[in-house]
Amino acid sequence: MNIHEYQAKELLKSYGVKIPAQIVAETPEKAVEAAQQLAELTNTGVYVIKAQIHAGGRGKGGGVKIAKNMEEVYQLSDNIIGMQLVTPQTGPEGKKVNKVIVCEDSYYPGEGELSEIYLSVLLDRAKGCDVIMASTEGGMDIEEVAEATPEKIIKEWVDPKVGLQPFQSRKIAFELGLSGKAFKNMVKFINQIYAAYRGIDASQVEINPVLKASDDEIIAVDAKINLDDNALYRHKDFPALRDETEEDPLEVEASKSGLNYVKLDGNVGCMVNGAGLAMATMDMIKLSGGEPANFLDVGGGANAQTVEAGFRIILQDPNVKAILINIFGGIVRCDRVASGVVEAYKNIGEINVPIIVRLQGTNAEEGAKIIEESGLSVTSAIILKDAAERVKEALA
Amino acid sequence: MSVLVNKDSKVLVQGFTGSEGTFHAGQMIEYGTNVVGGVTPGKGGQQHLERPVFNTVQEAVDATGADVSIIFVPPAFAADAIMEATAAGIGVIICITEGIPVLDMQKAKAYVKEHGARLVGPNCPGVITPEEAKVGIMPGFIFKKGRIGIVSKSGTLTYEAADQVVKAGMGVSTAIGIGGDPIIGTSTKEAVELLMADEETDAIVMIGEIGGNYEAEAARWIKEQGNPKPVVGFIAGQTAPKGKRMGHAGAIIGGADDTAEAKMRIMGECGIHVVQSPADIGATVIEAMAALEA
Repeated sequence: MNIHEYQAKELLKSYGVKIPAQIVAETPEKAVEAAQQLAELTNTGVYVIKAQIHAGGRGKGGGVKIAKNMEEVYQLSDNIIGMQLVTPQTGPEGKKVNKVIVCEDSYYPGEGELSEIYLSVLLDRAKGCDVIMASTEGGMDIEEVAEATPEKIIKEWVDPKVGLQPFQSRKIAFELGLSGKAFKNMVKFINQIYAAYRGIDASQVEINPVLKASDDEIIAVDAKINLDDNALYRHKDFPALRDETEEDPLEVEASKSGLNYVKLDGNVGCMVNGAGLAMATMDMIKLSGGEPANFLDVGGGANAQTVEAGFRIILQDPNVKAILINIFGGIVRCDRVASGVVEAYKNIGEINVPIIVRLQGTNAEEGAKIIEESGLSVTSAIILKDAAERVKEALA
Repeated sequence: MSVLVNKDSKVLVQGFTGSEGTFHAGQMIEYGTNVVGGVTPGKGGQQHLERPVFNTVQEAVDATGADVSIIFVPPAFAADAIMEATAAGIGVIICITEGIPVLDMQKAKAYVKEHGARLVGPNCPGVITPEEAKVGIMPGFIFKKGRIGIVSKSGTLTYEAADQVVKAGMGVSTAIGIGGDPIIGTSTKEAVELLMADEETDAIVMIGEIGGNYEAEAARWIKEQGNPKPVVGFIAGQTAPKGKRMGHAGAIIGGADDTAEAKMRIMGECGIHVVQSPADIGATVIEAMAALEA
C-alpha cells in the first residue's frame, strides 16, 4: 500500500526521526492558517508548500514551491491545489492534487555546511534480507546516480537473525563522510529509520533528501513509504491511511470484488485465473496482434459473481474491442465458470464485443458444451493456441 | 529416483483440520499420497480423514516418522509453522499459504537455511511426482508420468505447461511450484539443479515471471554446467507495465536483469530454448527432445 509523504513522515516521527514541522491543507485559506501556526510554532519565515500525491518527482512538475510571506503562501497553494501534476512517475495525464503540506524550511543558514544525502531501506530479493542504501548524492535522481557512478551507492545488508548492528550504522555514516555531531546524529537517524521500517512492516522506506542541516541536525526532508500489504493485519490503524482518490477507480472497484485488476491502454480485455497465467495471456494477446487492455486475475475462486464483476469492469473501458477469458480449471471447475459466463452475459444484457472463452482443466469439455449450447455469441476454445487464433480473427 | 517427493514420502499436513487443509489433504489422499497425519494445535489426539491429529510437529514426527510437511496454516502463523517443521527435523517443507508478511519470511528462511532443511514456497501450488505423490493443490489428473521436469513460479502456468507436455505425448517426472513471493525457500536455480541431477528427468521446462533475478541466475548456472539437459523457458510479463512504485530504490536493487525481455535474452544466450508465446511450450519441448536425439 502506498501512503502520502505527510503520513510517511508522521510514522517516522513516531520512531524519533526528525522531520520538518508540517501541517496538511486542502484549501489556500487553510494553507495560510497552517503557515501562521508554523510561524508561531517554529519562528520560521519561509514556508515550503508540497503537493501530496502518490508519485515522486513532484518538484520537477511544479508541485513544490517556497513562499516567503502569507500572500505567497496563498497564491502558490492556490496554484498547486487542484492542478493536474505531471511527473515522470504519473504518466502524461498527471494526477490531480487534492492537498498540500505546508512545512517549515529546514535549510536555514548557520555555522555548518548544508548537504543532501540519500537513504533507503528495502528488501534485497536475491539475498532474502533487507538492504540499507545510502549516497552522498542526495536530492538527485538516484537511478541516474546508480547508473553513472555506482561507487557512490553505499550498501549494507542486514542479517535477519540479528538485525541491524551498531557497527553497520557507523560504517554507513563514516562512508557518507560525516564527523562529529553530524556523524552521531546520522547513526541515530539510520537506527531510527530501520526501526521504523521493521516496526511498520514497510516494504520500502526512501528518504531523498536526508538533510544535514547547518546545525548538524539530520532531518528527513522527504519520505516515501510503501507498506507490506500482507502485514496490514498487524496494524489496525493503517487502513485509514489509504487514499482511494489516488488509485484508479476501476482498480478500487475490482479490489472490492476480490479481483486483482490493473488498467492498461490496449484493446483486448482479459480475465484469467492466476497472476502468472494472466501475464502470459496478456503476452499472447500482443503476439496475436492486439494489445492487452488490462491485467485481471480472478484468483482461485472464480465463480458466477466474480466473472460478472470482471465483465462489468472490463466493459467500462471503451477501448476494449474483444474479451478473452482464459481459465485453467484446477480446483475451479470449468463447467461452473462457463455457467457463470452465461449467467453474467444474460444479466448484463447487450455485450457488443466478441468474447472468446478458453476453458481448460477440470470439466473443460462440459464447460465448452455449456457455452456452445447457450446460443450466445461467445467463441469457445480449449487449446491456448486456438484462443490466440480466435483473438486474431476477432481483431481482423 | 524422483525429486523432493515420491511414493515413499511420509507426508504431514500442518493446518490439517482447517477448511483448506481438509479439502486438499483429502485430494492428496485420493491421489495416493502417503499422508501419515496432521498437526492442529489443540486438536491432538483426534482423528481426521482417518489420520491422527497431533498438537505439535515434533509429536507427529516421533509417532509417524513424517519426512515431508505441507503447510496450509493462515498467513499470520505460517512462518512459525515453517520453523516448527524445521525444528522437528522435517527435511522437505512445502508451504502453500499465500500472504505471509515479508519480515516473517526473512526470519523463517534464515532459520530453515541454518538447519539445513529444504523449503518450497510459500505461495506456491506445491510439488507433484505423478503417480507417486502429490504434495500440493494442483489438479492431479493433468499430470501424467514421464520424463520432463517442470519448475515454475506460477501455479496455473505450471498446469498449462504440464497439460501441453502431456498433450504432446510426453509426461512429467516432477513439477515444482516454487512460488512467486519476494522471499521463497527454493530458487529457480536450486530447483533446476535438483532436476538436472535426477536420472528420471530428460528435459526441463522453466517458467518465470518478471521481477527478481532467479531465472537469469538459473540460466547462467545451466550454461556453466555445459547445458547437460535441454531446457525450455518462458517468462510471463512481456507486456506487464512497470510497477507503480513510489520511489526508485526497487529499480536499483532489481538491476537491469528483471524485465521479461532481459531475462529471455539471458536465457537465450545461455542455450535455453526460449518460447515467446505460452501456447508453444509443449511443441518446443518436442523440438528440443528431437534435436537431442538427432
